[in-house]
Amino acid sequence: MHGDGDGMTPAIELIGIDKRFGSVHANKDVTLEIAQGSIHGIIGENGAGKSTLMSILFGFYHADKGEIRVKGQPVRIKSSSDAIALGIGMVHQHFMLVEPFTVLENVVLGAEGGALIGPALDKARAELTRLAADYELDVDPDAIVGELPVGLQQRVEILKALFKGAETLILDEPTGVLTPDEADHLFRILGTLREQGKTVILITHKLREIMAITDRVSVMRRGEVVATRETKQTNVEELAELMVGRHVLLRVEKGPSQPGETVLDVRNLTWKDRKGVARVDNVSFSVRKGEIVGIAGVSGNGQSELLDVISGITRPTSGQVIFEGKDIGILGDPRHVRAEGLAHVPEDRQHRGLIGSFDASENVILGWHHEEALGKGFRLDRDKVVARARAEMEEFDVRPPDPFLKSSKFSGGNQQKLIIAREIKSNPDLLIVGQPTRGVDIGAIEYIHKRIIQLRDEGKAVLLVSVELDEIRSMSDRILVMFAGRIMGERGPGADERELGLLMAGVAKDAA
Amino acid sequence: MDLYVELLASTIRMSVPLILACLAGLWSERAGIVDIGLEGKMLIAAFVAASASAVYGSAWIGLILAIAASVSFALVHGYASINQRGNQVVSGVAINMLAAGLAVVLGNEWFREGGRTPALPPEGRFMPFEFPSLDDIPIIGPLERVFLSHSILAYAAIALVPLTAWALARTRFGLRLRAVGENPHAVDTAGISVAALRYRAVIIAGVLCGLSGAYISTSLSSSFVRDMTAGGGFMALAALIFANWRAYPALGACLLFGFLQAVGNFTQGASVGGVQIPVQFINMLPYVLTVVLLAGFIGKSVPPKASGIPYTKDR
Repeated sequence: MHGDGDGMTPAIELIGIDKRFGSVHANKDVTLEIAQGSIHGIIGENGAGKSTLMSILFGFYHADKGEIRVKGQPVRIKSSSDAIALGIGMVHQHFMLVEPFTVLENVVLGAEGGALIGPALDKARAELTRLAADYELDVDPDAIVGELPVGLQQRVEILKALFKGAETLILDEPTGVLTPDEADHLFRILGTLREQGKTVILITHKLREIMAITDRVSVMRRGEVVATRETKQTNVEELAELMVGRHVLLRVEKGPSQPGETVLDVRNLTWKDRKGVARVDNVSFSVRKGEIVGIAGVSGNGQSELLDVISGITRPTSGQVIFEGKDIGILGDPRHVRAEGLAHVPEDRQHRGLIGSFDASENVILGWHHEEALGKGFRLDRDKVVARARAEMEEFDVRPPDPFLKSSKFSGGNQQKLIIAREIKSNPDLLIVGQPTRGVDIGAIEYIHKRIIQLRDEGKAVLLVSVELDEIRSMSDRILVMFAGRIMGERGPGADERELGLLMAGVAKDAA
Repeated sequence: MDLYVELLASTIRMSVPLILACLAGLWSERAGIVDIGLEGKMLIAAFVAASASAVYGSAWIGLILAIAASVSFALVHGYASINQRGNQVVSGVAINMLAAGLAVVLGNEWFREGGRTPALPPEGRFMPFEFPSLDDIPIIGPLERVFLSHSILAYAAIALVPLTAWALARTRFGLRLRAVGENPHAVDTAGISVAALRYRAVIIAGVLCGLSGAYISTSLSSSFVRDMTAGGGFMALAALIFANWRAYPALGACLLFGFLQAVGNFTQGASVGGVQIPVQFINMLPYVLTVVLLAGFIGKSVPPKASGIPYTKDR
């Protein structure tokens, strides 16, 4: 088990950690050893128990059973302050920053040193200068955190941990919000931290990152650590299989596209928010039958707003959305837009895709409840609704196939399958899909991708928006890149990742 | 001349309870606890101050018991919104209703004067300072009557404004309190107790409402009558929103509202072009202005982000 940490006391040892939340057994007798001065990856699907385990180490939850040792010493971590005192720092997936505060104020919060914050701010300013030089962690100490881009906000999180004396740094899905360039920068920072003797625990579901940066990797599945490997001695296929528990197809298999006539034609579309900022800025593109057009971009660059306008949730400020020869932008009403033959899998599954407290059968007819086939007049025929739900759940392999189960009780992947089933079965001419695999496990990702490609092969048009560049690259027949509300360029399916990254960061732009 | 002096002095007098209540709301809401119950806490404090002062013959005993009553109401609100994660608006409304009812019922039971408390002698009140020797000096005399003829509670209220601003900006407690109102998750992961911080904020709000209520019944007035706070707590909330949850602008907003109330009191019975202006119309002005200001300015006003949202570890 020991690699380059041979002979040294491990930085962290978790022994027999067990944790239940009600009926959910989140961590089952987990034993894990993190070597001093290494980067240790923890990989697993959503719900595999990675975050719970790290929350226990950081004192956010308490283990029902088990022991934690830091540098060989058994410790009791009752709260985050205990963890911080033991030299453990954590960068959460959702940043724990106070947005209206300056960088300095965020850094000293919880480590003020005295009743007045003046001296701590001065000390932090000096310390930040030093850390910036040592680790490429430059941030303006007086900037308001809420106004910084996410990449810099993440640096503030790392600085916070280092300022509090972290020797071991836990990062939970750190690259989800970063461009490829920013992710590379982060990895350089992590590399430097390792050189300086710090220990890094990296939680991720991205296999590529594990291979690129870690020394050792532990795979979690259903609350258990199923394997720990030296990164050099494993490969992506093995890790994926360990994660899912069966062989998975990592590559998407699809033939070349055979595009037909234009279905969707977006012309000079602009949408301004209430403050008058153009969130979608003079965007033009088209989608043809039989092709998947992917929109890449870092989250928050206007993709969500674009989806809202096309699906009829908001009206465009100017410009047109021509769907099969008809301007649907002026309808400004999703029901009429759907009636035209457009289906929408929304980005935010929990808020827009489903009603969590409704059961599966009720969710399967959301938006189609007024169909004559489901009942006459104002009456809804429960038997027909349930029958439809059963059929769709079986076809799309939704587990468990229970139409009466509340949709919030399904896993992320199965919730998404419910939505995809509903939308694909409405037999649309155009399917627009936002973040189809966010928070979805690998097995379900494989299936969802297959269904979307099947739809394309039936000659339907698909508009795919995703912040996962790998997904965009493997699925799309054409790739558009959005940055700050504008389309920065178009690329073919084999587009170079670095080149797309530059477009996503707004560095390069094609001549219009 | 005398009229203006009296008007300005009255402006300050009317503003004091608003300032104290507004600061109470500021402490509470900057920590993320919405406080609709300012009115109720002021009312119960006004009642307890007047009652205790009448019974024990000391304004100070009245004040201390008023603060205790207000803080106990604040703790009920804290328990409902911090421990039980209840709806903070509902809890605040409940406190208002409880205070309004309780004051009258207890007052009637204790003093048998239809909910009123007995009129207080001077030693049972916080009396304004007086400097008779200055009264007749030009310039200094009128200034003295505007600025120096108030009770000790008024000066405490004014002094609390810079103290609040300073404490929020410069102290560890202030930093943490602001942080917990914006993002309690950040506070929790920094190893600081969210609940303890919020309780402290709620208690501070209770103390300030106690001061406010005691000022109303034992300094502005000399007894408690039912509903005597007359919406002051709500006006303080309006001032707080208008001031964007900052201390100095809150002072300005409260002085403005106080001025309007003073104008209302002074123009009773005034007539324009031979038509007498109804008293109710004048008294309405501060409330109308509140509505107008809120309608016009609320768009620019940004409340603390976590305000009103109960904290749970999961998100």
